[in-house]
Amino acid sequence: MSIHVRNVSKSFGDFSALEGVSVDVAGGSLTALLGPSGSGKSTLLRIIAGLETPDLGEIIIAGEDATGVRVQDRNVGFVFQHYAAFKHMTVRDNIAFGLKVRKRPKAEIREKVDELLKLVQLEAFGHRYPAQLSGGQRQRMALARALAPNPEVLLLDEPFGALDARVRAELRDWLRRLHEEVHVTTIFVTHDQAEAMDVASQIVVMNHGRVEQIGDPTQLYDEPASEFVMQFVGEANRLGDRWVRPHELDLSPDPAPGALEAQIERVTRYGFDARIELVTADGSELLVQVTRDRLEELELVAGQIVGVVALNERTFAGR
Amino acid sequence: MLPIAALVWASRSDGTQAFWGSVTSPQAVAALKLTVGAAFIVAVLNAVLGTITAWVLVRDDFRGKSVINSIIDLPFALPTIVAGLTLLALYGPKSPIGIDIAFTRTAILAALMFVTLPFVVRTVQPVLTEIDKEMEEAAKSLGASELTTFRRVIFPNILPGILSGFALAFAKAVGEIGSLVIISGNLPYKTEVSSVFILGQIESGNPAGAAAVAVVLLVISFAILLGVGAIRHFTTRHDRA
Repeated sequence: MSIHVRNVSKSFGDFSALEGVSVDVAGGSLTALLGPSGSGKSTLLRIIAGLETPDLGEIIIAGEDATGVRVQDRNVGFVFQHYAAFKHMTVRDNIAFGLKVRKRPKAEIREKVDELLKLVQLEAFGHRYPAQLSGGQRQRMALARALAPNPEVLLLDEPFGALDARVRAELRDWLRRLHEEVHVTTIFVTHDQAEAMDVASQIVVMNHGRVEQIGDPTQLYDEPASEFVMQFVGEANRLGDRWVRPHELDLSPDPAPGALEAQIERVTRYGFDARIELVTADGSELLVQVTRDRLEELELVAGQIVGVVALNERTFAGR
Repeated sequence: MLPIAALVWASRSDGTQAFWGSVTSPQAVAALKLTVGAAFIVAVLNAVLGTITAWVLVRDDFRGKSVINSIIDLPFALPTIVAGLTLLALYGPKSPIGIDIAFTRTAILAALMFVTLPFVVRTVQPVLTEIDKEMEEAAKSLGASELTTFRRVIFPNILPGILSGFALAFAKAVGEIGSLVIISGNLPYKTEVSSVFILGQIESGNPAGAAAVAVVLLVISFAILLGVGAIRHFTTRHDRA
């Protein structure tokens, strides 16, 4: 089911959370709303869900105006950062909640809950209470609960934000695989650009209540539309008013006259590439990424003064 | 424990037969029945009213809310004998609003309602404030109406608080004397509650009889508190991971 957000604005008192936001989400896609805290991404997600009402603009779900439709009638599944588990109910009862509310026959509910418990790998935990589960298990339960009534749209608000790094990575892979299986239109909110790049096919970058850019991960990295996107998505170096990605800089041990010079602070080797941190004469810091082979060829050491050459650079119109 | 032991000892000072005699005398039985019955009715009514009051104080915004919030504690601060006098002035023979319920059982209920309401409000209020708002939003996103959300999600989570408030209100009502001694009229078999009956026994030189009825009150209160504790334990079983 496609989702269209048209010119949505929302204020909380004096704080303007969203200003004229428009976003199109294709049916069956996996989209990330990415931005720093206070950028309006969670507010936008909650407006799509019907948990908040926009001051202006409209929400169109599957071709129909859903702006005035109550959250109960929108047929969306919502997953919260802190799980929002019904802590007085067992895992089974949590998952069955949406089906019981819809008064489905008992046998059908049992079958559906069994199927979902299997899908989220919690078969052995059906009779436990949420307090007896780990964070990752609780979030999988919350996902199963959201999926139970077969929602048209699955919305996740920082779903992995409260989990530790290893469980995060696991759940991230798992969400991507789940989406391939279930194919429900999915939107998730995150402030972690690596997470957005890793999971989503479309990323909406937000800042100060506005959309900065919408695109796939490669577009955002290679063709950022603004300084904000340049900095927020991936790493970036600033040379005066020009911007360069770390891998788009090259170093030469004997700088040509007039070339930009910088002193090497630190060299870090990872698997395939190496990262070199430098400081220029005017004190600004640079990050350069080269392959391991290139590093060995150049024989760079900390303290050395080298020339810096930009292979590609961009400027952004001032705003 | 020591005062309780002393009380039990005093109640037995005239022998077992005298103990049963005091406890089963028609006047003592009538007073006990009235006390426990009134305390139960009042605790049930205030469990409902107190929960509604707490709900309004936590969920609604209106002018004068903080004033109302402070007034809730008035029965805590007010000497209960003053509460009794106030009620007599309001609902007595010289009632400015034309309601005269002095020296009736209705007056007993009114006085007990007044002194026990804050017990429920103040136990439910923090539980309601603590409740996870996202849990309610989750219920609604799953299709539950406001009423279903209250019934299936909110109520089970505040029930332990309501039960605590019920137990406290009941215990307070069973032991109440100050607000009742004036307005109830203390008519034996009609409006004489156990606490007043006990006072009467002491004044007429029968301390063992007073202690005997006191022991029965104690046992009933204990039984109620234990019973409520057991229900509470059951309703919070999911928290003991």
